[in-house]
Amino acid sequence: MTKRQRLTPSWAGAPLDRRGVLLGIAAVGGFLAVDLGAVLYARGPVGSSDRLSPQTFMDAFRRVHGSHPGFRRNHAKGVALTGYFDSNGNGMQLSRATVFRSGRTSVMGRFSLPGGNPAVPDELATPRGLGLAFGYPGAGQWRTAMLNTPVFSDNSVQGFYDRLLASKPVADTGKPDPDAMAQFLSAHPETARAMATNKQHPPTSGFGNSPYYGLNAFYLVNAAGESTPVRWSLESMAPPGAPVAPGDGPNWLFDNAIRDVRSGPLRWRLLMTVGEPQDDVRDATIAWPPERRVVDVGTVVLDSIDSERAGNARDINFDPMVLPDGIEPSEDPLLSARSAVYAASFRRRSGETAAPSAVQVNAVAL
Amino acid sequence: MTDTQATVRFHVSARIFHWLTAVLVFAALIVGFALANSLADYATLLMMHKIIGALILVIVIARVINRLRHHPPAWPATVGPWERRVVVVSERLMYATLVAQPLVGWAMLGAAGVPVVIGPLRLPAIAPVDAGLYAVLRNGHSVLAYMLVVVIAAHVSGVLLHTLTLRDGMLNRMTFRIRRHEVAERNDPLTAQRR
Repeated sequence: MTKRQRLTPSWAGAPLDRRGVLLGIAAVGGFLAVDLGAVLYARGPVGSSDRLSPQTFMDAFRRVHGSHPGFRRNHAKGVALTGYFDSNGNGMQLSRATVFRSGRTSVMGRFSLPGGNPAVPDELATPRGLGLAFGYPGAGQWRTAMLNTPVFSDNSVQGFYDRLLASKPVADTGKPDPDAMAQFLSAHPETARAMATNKQHPPTSGFGNSPYYGLNAFYLVNAAGESTPVRWSLESMAPPGAPVAPGDGPNWLFDNAIRDVRSGPLRWRLLMTVGEPQDDVRDATIAWPPERRVVDVGTVVLDSIDSERAGNARDINFDPMVLPDGIEPSEDPLLSARSAVYAASFRRRSGETAAPSAVQVNAVAL
Repeated sequence: MTDTQATVRFHVSARIFHWLTAVLVFAALIVGFALANSLADYATLLMMHKIIGALILVIVIARVINRLRHHPPAWPATVGPWERRVVVVSERLMYATLVAQPLVGWAMLGAAGVPVVIGPLRLPAIAPVDAGLYAVLRNGHSVLAYMLVVVIAAHVSGVLLHTLTLRDGMLNRMTFRIRRHEVAERNDPLTAQRR
């Protein structure tokens, strides 16, 4: 008894007993388990193995296209453009966004090819991308990332992911495994249908005379607070051009675009196609009927082209969720997912040093 | 001994600020971590995260001012001299991190050239448009978040050990009187009679 008393531990004068110590340890252990458990569940990896996340996409892009530090994880190959948007004021009936008032807004743009390889050889059939940032970097900014295909290949995040994996080039052919793609298409009829729709719109001769489509639906909200579902697109004001034979070198599409801009500004009509209640705003794989009302809201002009470098379109994340007051996202689940994956790509590449872009404007002969 | 110490509380304004910050910071952290891991809910979580972050910035600035006006009560005797030094440093670190974290979040939006939209508010950018700066600020935002997780875990663990193991009433300094009255009245018939 006396021996035990002498050994009674204490802390700053307060006696310690076994019950108190165990209670304290249990409470701390319980708190840490809940606290850190919540963090690990929210951030992953706990419980994340079955969910797709931005990291899953980063990993998949690396697996399929290789590691290319400093470049976009998708649409890695590109060239920077600048120009302006001349609004004719027609858009104001649909949206209160400042960009639709009559007048001029500056535009930053970027032509690109999909995939994570920044030196992928140009091919006529490869989808072409055009990213635009209206009024960058102002408060009323509007960003959009468009393709030259009327509809998007996927209507779900899982579909996009599975298609990405199925498109992995096979080592000996350099092309995707036909069996894997066939298997994917049989599991995803919406993609097969979208590809059939896009096949009816063969590509034009180059970047400069392509149409571009915003793909996902959005809502335009006007001054009266009325909300209208729309899809936007750019209709080229240049002639479609004779079908061209593939040019010299791996950058012939980009080289032609550089020559086109040098010889005169590229122009497009910006069109708002108004959806009807039966048009599903959540599914970008389905084309809206051609009889839908179309509002021509002005002209997009790109009159200057430059190699990607710090401070130009290279440093813009064409996040489709960067919208001004007067344009709102639709319920399309791909919009949020695109925003998340673009953000993950931008975060990573902005902290890395990139090799010079494969497309060098000065290297193209006049 | 426990009871006399437990009656020494922080000023009521300090207690309100403390619990308000605790709830908001926990929410901002969980939403922030979930945001970095989500696709379909990314846009909604980002909107929530920015609103909570802006609230924290306003509340923490008010809290710092309040802290300068109301000195905290004396430490219990169970807090030794070296522990005091640790607590003083970690308190300052916590305040500094809580102010810095929303500012870094705000600045990184400016560095990315993205408009700063907080619910219905559009705020000015507080950093120049610069992708390299964005990378530093974005990674800093994560480092500060993990620092907060660690500092908060240490803070709560310390309070729990003091309260449950040393039984020095540490937690009661930050709780509200209402519940203690009820407890006191239930446990002590004399108190109830005197009223």
